[in-house]
Amino acid sequence: MILHDLISFEMLRLIWWFLMGVMLIAFAMTDGFDMGVGALLPFAGKTDRERRVIINTVGPVWEGNQVWFILGGALIFAAWPMLYAISFSGFYFAMFLILAALILRPVAFKYRSKREDPAWRSRWDWALFIGGAAPALLFGVAVGNVLLGLPFHLTPDLVAMPDTGPLMRFLGLLNPFSLLCGVVSLALLVAHGAGWLVLKTTGAVQSRARKFGERAALVALLGYLLAGLWLAFGIEGFHYAAPILHDGPSNPLIHPVTRSASWLLAYSERPWITIAPVLGLAGCLISWLALRSGRELAPLLGTKLAIFGMISSVGLVMFPVILPSATDPASSLTVWNASSSHLSLFVMLVAACFFLPLIMIYTAWVYRVLWGKVSEDDVDDPELHSY
Amino acid sequence: MEFGIVELSRLQFAATALFHFLFVPLTLGLSIIVAIMETVYVMTDRPIWRQMTKFWGSLFGINFALGVATGITMEFQFGMNWAYYSHYVGDIFGAPLALEGMMAFFMEATFVGLWFFGWQKLSARAHLIVAWLVAIGTNFSALWILIANGWMQYPVGAEFNPMTMRMELTSFAEVIFNPVAQAKFVHTVSAGYVVAAVFVLGVSAWYLLKGRHIELARRSIAVASAFGLAAALSVVVLGDESGYDTGQNQKMKMAAIEAMWRTEPAPASFTLFGFPDREARETHYAIHIPYVMGLIGTRSLDKAIPGFDELEKESERRIRDGITAYDLLMTIQETKQTGVDPAVLADFRSRSADLGYALLLKRYVDDPRQASEAQILQAANDTIPTVWPVFWAFRIMVGLGMGFIATMAFFFWRASFRQMDFPRWSLWLAVFMIPAPWIAAEMGWIVAEFGRQPWTVDGVLPTALSVSQLGITEVALTLAGFCIFYSVLFIIEIKLMLKYIRKGPQDDIAATDDWFADHRDHLSAGQFSREGTK
Repeated sequence: MILHDLISFEMLRLIWWFLMGVMLIAFAMTDGFDMGVGALLPFAGKTDRERRVIINTVGPVWEGNQVWFILGGALIFAAWPMLYAISFSGFYFAMFLILAALILRPVAFKYRSKREDPAWRSRWDWALFIGGAAPALLFGVAVGNVLLGLPFHLTPDLVAMPDTGPLMRFLGLLNPFSLLCGVVSLALLVAHGAGWLVLKTTGAVQSRARKFGERAALVALLGYLLAGLWLAFGIEGFHYAAPILHDGPSNPLIHPVTRSASWLLAYSERPWITIAPVLGLAGCLISWLALRSGRELAPLLGTKLAIFGMISSVGLVMFPVILPSATDPASSLTVWNASSSHLSLFVMLVAACFFLPLIMIYTAWVYRVLWGKVSEDDVDDPELHSY
Repeated sequence: MEFGIVELSRLQFAATALFHFLFVPLTLGLSIIVAIMETVYVMTDRPIWRQMTKFWGSLFGINFALGVATGITMEFQFGMNWAYYSHYVGDIFGAPLALEGMMAFFMEATFVGLWFFGWQKLSARAHLIVAWLVAIGTNFSALWILIANGWMQYPVGAEFNPMTMRMELTSFAEVIFNPVAQAKFVHTVSAGYVVAAVFVLGVSAWYLLKGRHIELARRSIAVASAFGLAAALSVVVLGDESGYDTGQNQKMKMAAIEAMWRTEPAPASFTLFGFPDREARETHYAIHIPYVMGLIGTRSLDKAIPGFDELEKESERRIRDGITAYDLLMTIQETKQTGVDPAVLADFRSRSADLGYALLLKRYVDDPRQASEAQILQAANDTIPTVWPVFWAFRIMVGLGMGFIATMAFFFWRASFRQMDFPRWSLWLAVFMIPAPWIAAEMGWIVAEFGRQPWTVDGVLPTALSVSQLGITEVALTLAGFCIFYSVLFIIEIKLMLKYIRKGPQDDIAATDDWFADHRDHLSAGQFSREGTK
């Protein structure tokens, strides 16, 4: 008996679908507040010292946080190669914009305070704003488009052919529903960033963060409800009409997906998944109430809950579909037809079981070492190596 | 060359990879040099070593930011521009990238923030451990990336699965312990150490020439020359060559390095200089050194290095075998739903190693089985890479490598005997040498990746098939976007680097001077003297 047969192919696919969710949620929870903080920077901080306080709250941790994004990409590559190939080439320009924003961010963090010149600093402040706001918006737009399906079909050789021209490949992404998803995502991450600033700062910055956070949490809450209604009444879903093989070869054309009346049919098939959107809404509400009532830690916990609930709700409602094709449903990718091989998934799982807990332990340690408020005096102390 | 989607995608990959690789080697080496300096500081408690650690650490930080930023592009470019490649080999190629993230990059990125922000929050020992975790994380990153790259050069531990129409993993151990990957790792990481050592040496030499920060500069030279000499020797001795006798494509690369048009009797001579002409299959104005190539290529005097004539014949044979494999694959495709004949499947498995060679024909004809005799010969000819870039890049790289050994040996020799009053010419040499290891490293990339053409994965997947089905405008626009964006970042980076080098170490100057005042009497004359070389 070969070692990797210890865990069935079906189970491995399920685990890797779950881990993909863990990765996305971890990314949104950690790097999400950096991006929210970036998006708030020009508004929550008015003077240079205030802005340096804001930047230094995330200064030591954004770099590690961003790795969740990179690791998420790499794990999708390793576990779901076809999803990686089709989504990244399908979202070509959007991915380029996200990359440009994420490239701008490390540079802006490191270089902003290296010169005294106010014009220099102001330019980098806006770079941090774009580096935070643009990806936050675009990730939501991407989720919206995944729910709608991308325009592609697979040839018998499994080459992914786009069904729209280059211009529409980008502009088509910016449809009203996806833009709404983008707004929800941006608002949620701004609220998340505000929650972080409330925890890590005092005084004027803190109270401005509260004010923006309240509004953002409310927008996220209402936007999420609206998107749910839109999904219920205006958008078709995808599903397997016939029972299928859970451990068949990773080839979408062997067991094609078909259209369904609505994604939300999943709630009648698996009623327990209702918990996800409830947590999403509750999280926004908690965050909103906690910001209003002057609490310091609860707003951040509220938005964390909201992120967990909202991302889970998308994953669970689509299950087992992971990337549908709007133009050729039979080419849609699912948990059962788009994974890596049995052996590859097993090897990766062994590695993940070892390294993911280790990552969480040392990340928690780093946060503990850096625990506490950042004050305006701290940013004057070069020994703290402040940005 | 007609500029289609394949050429643009290659250009984009080359531009972003070469740009990324401006920052990576310095990060690799400087992380270790800084950790060494901090170790000395923690062991001796001398403030000067803390000052050195912080100063080189600040330059490390400026460089690290762009290394990380441009690395993001690399991770996602496979999916964006090379979708078919990602599907076709993701089952194998994705795993090392994911392991890089989990094992190395996470560690490096999480602790680098703590390193910069943790001076007051951690004990000296804990902070030192953080420094080493950053250095180890950085170097492990390189290991996994080169395992991934090594697999593209020499794809082991995988086979084609006709049901999923892609390569699938058969042995992860073979992928990890791939001899080409191991050789590449040692070579590339050592090259990174040389980059950093030459950088530290050059900047320190400039301080000595200007009579500034003399204590910092001298100690830095001592560290950099010892580290740099070991690294420069390792780059050459444990160089890339040990992998060259494996794999067809590596033989092609070897032949391109030497412009070996015809197989020569062993031991082959090394062409020191010449103008390779691929059309005429001739190297004009060649100057030969006997025996040397045989030694580099086979580490022996009795093994021949195969020339293009022989290798091309081998390619032709594999293309014909590949067509048979492709025919069997099509039969499997047609009978997939009804049930595949096990005999056909077994026959296909035994020939699938050459399937990639049939795919070379897809440039000329949709169905390789319909290829004409001329197209088969053309495809065999395509397996010979363009020779001159590989030929010249290799010579520049090796020439510079010898120069680094000599320079490092000189400085190490003087530093070992505490002859810290370096002649001015040698200091100027060190300053002007700063860009040289970057050039050598970029040349190394060209040898490795240009020499791999026409394949993305040697013998498995031709470059021409690997791309995403995008419009030319899309790739051209993002290429232009990257070029403009990266150029701006590059200018900013260089300016900041120069500003911080000019500014020199800022903190702890007073502490250093105090320490020096206390210890002046104990120091023997000539040793650590405050007088500069001027």
